[in-house]
Amino acid sequence: MRLRRNVHEVDAIAVPAGGLARRWRLGEKFIEGWIYLAGGLAIVVLLGIIVLLVKEGVPIFFDTPPWEFFFGTKWYPVSEPPTFGIMPFFVATLWVTIVATAISVPIGVACAAYLSEVAPDKVRETVKPVIELLAGFPSVVMGFIGLMLLSPLVQSAFNLNTGLSGLTAGIMLAFMSLPIIISVSEDALRAVPDEFRQASFALGATKWETIWHVCIPAALSGITAAVMLGVGRAIGETMTVLMVAGGALAVPVSPTEPMMPMTAAIASGIGNAVRGGLQYQALFAIGLILFVLTLSVNLVADRVLERQKRKFQR
Amino acid sequence: MNINLELTDKKAPVSGEVRMSTKNLSLYYGDFQALRDITLNIPENAITAVIGPSGCGKSTFLRLFNRMNDLITGVKVDGRVELDGINIYDRDIDVVELRKKVGMVFQKPNPFPMSVFENVAFGPRRHGRKNRMELEDVVEKSLKQAALWDEVKDKLGQSALALSGGQQQRLCIARVLAVEPEVILMDEPCSALDPIATLRIEDLMKSLAENYTIVIVTHNMQQAARVSDMSAFFMMEEDRAGILVEYGPTAELFTNPKDKRTEDYITGRFG
Ligand SMILES: Nc1ncnc2c1ncn2[C@@H]1O[C@H](COP(=O)(O)OP(=O)(O)O)[C@@H](O)[C@H]1O
Ligand SMILES: [Mg+2]
Repeated sequence: MRLRRNVHEVDAIAVPAGGLARRWRLGEKFIEGWIYLAGGLAIVVLLGIIVLLVKEGVPIFFDTPPWEFFFGTKWYPVSEPPTFGIMPFFVATLWVTIVATAISVPIGVACAAYLSEVAPDKVRETVKPVIELLAGFPSVVMGFIGLMLLSPLVQSAFNLNTGLSGLTAGIMLAFMSLPIIISVSEDALRAVPDEFRQASFALGATKWETIWHVCIPAALSGITAAVMLGVGRAIGETMTVLMVAGGALAVPVSPTEPMMPMTAAIASGIGNAVRGGLQYQALFAIGLILFVLTLSVNLVADRVLERQKRKFQR
Repeated sequence: MNINLELTDKKAPVSGEVRMSTKNLSLYYGDFQALRDITLNIPENAITAVIGPSGCGKSTFLRLFNRMNDLITGVKVDGRVELDGINIYDRDIDVVELRKKVGMVFQKPNPFPMSVFENVAFGPRRHGRKNRMELEDVVEKSLKQAALWDEVKDKLGQSALALSGGQQQRLCIARVLAVEPEVILMDEPCSALDPIATLRIEDLMKSLAENYTIVIVTHNMQQAARVSDMSAFFMMEEDRAGILVEYGPTAELFTNPKDKRTEDYITGRFG
């Protein structure tokens, strides 16, 4: 009698438990499927973008041969016949990126080194989130700041006809890429094992020597990745450069000239372009080039970061 | 001041000048007292072992001599730590100069992620040696002193991280030697190594002791007995503060300890 009851009790417990397990397995399947779907969707979207850019952009090369497209210095989309040479935009992007990088890399790495190696914990814990918050600052607002505050300064400092120039845009972009450079470099520096610092100090190196000769070299691949992410940001940024770069169509020979980077060219031209027309195709081709540029910068950054992670796992 | 060291038959008796010493030294991590009233003399050109249970303050004690404790916030030091009679905690002491004279080898081998050459040249470079030929000489000499030259002379340009653990530790010793220190501190330098690598480091220590003053922290009683001339036994009091229980020539401390606690610890550790 007692035995039987026990068996029943066990059954009574086992049944719901089995149901629960089945439900769990179902739930897990559901979550798994969801993750696959999300991942797949991301890939589909990415492929979709590429297909769209290629489909809309590549036909321009039937009209303007790639040589003329890339190296042509005249962008006259509405003259008869139209000419599509993107050299002015390409050089403008180059200038703006160079200025932005030249400013943001030294400042960014110095800030990161300060935060990681020098600042007391309290300072780092308050400053770093603030800096990361700045990364999300709307670019229109940055454009306004450039327009109102920076461009008069640049104009008077360099004695220019207009303060709207590649230099102005580059400085604004430097500010905009600083947060990511600081944040990622700081992570890289903090990942450098403390035993290296200890060894350096014990050999009689000063704080400064330790930062410069041990920490930064050890974190170099991470810092490189940070710089590339920052550069990617500078290349792809649109609204700010549209507002402050000046928008001139000549090939700029100096960064102090007004100019039109590739992103700005797309943004300002696409409104007037007839859908499927030559100008429309040319703008999409510029988009395709930008896409390839930023994608490759990001891919390289990714690879470098991977290497950094593996470096200290002996 | 002289201390006469009576030594086991395998070593020639030496009488060493006092090189470093602590006087009534206490150390605090914030409110926690880690070392209490430690007075001890370390003889020149000999190996002094610091032994004791884990957490009794051996590493903390060792870090006093090159002021590595300065890097930890909230550390307070009371009393004197002397190098050649000068209190190294005086305000006008240049820590860089001190650390040039007093080198340190760590528990886990910690070569920089650079080439073998750059690791050894690191110290000399920081202290103003830039001439390539000169650096090459220093690197070769230091690696030979550390008994590593033959194994790495063909891969000076390769990453130091590719060496074995024992080689890495000898590289770290070479890196210290390249700065031409007078005292070498070693914090359990063999605890991450296999027995063969351990024996090589011990041989190295013994040969270095002819010209250097060495202080070694070790967990391994046999190691202390094998290599050291003097031994200091540390323990914790009830409040976990480290105290010096007994200090004397190694042979004496191991065969004829004066303190009951030393005897218990040593017999317990030897099994
Ligand atoms: N950085 C530190 N901050 C606070 N307490 C510490 C620190 N380092 C060590 N201690 C404490 O000091 C005591 C001695 O530590 P340590 O010198 O490492 O001992 P040992 O090397 O003998 O094992 C321990 O109680 C430890 O918890
Ligand atoms: Mg220790």
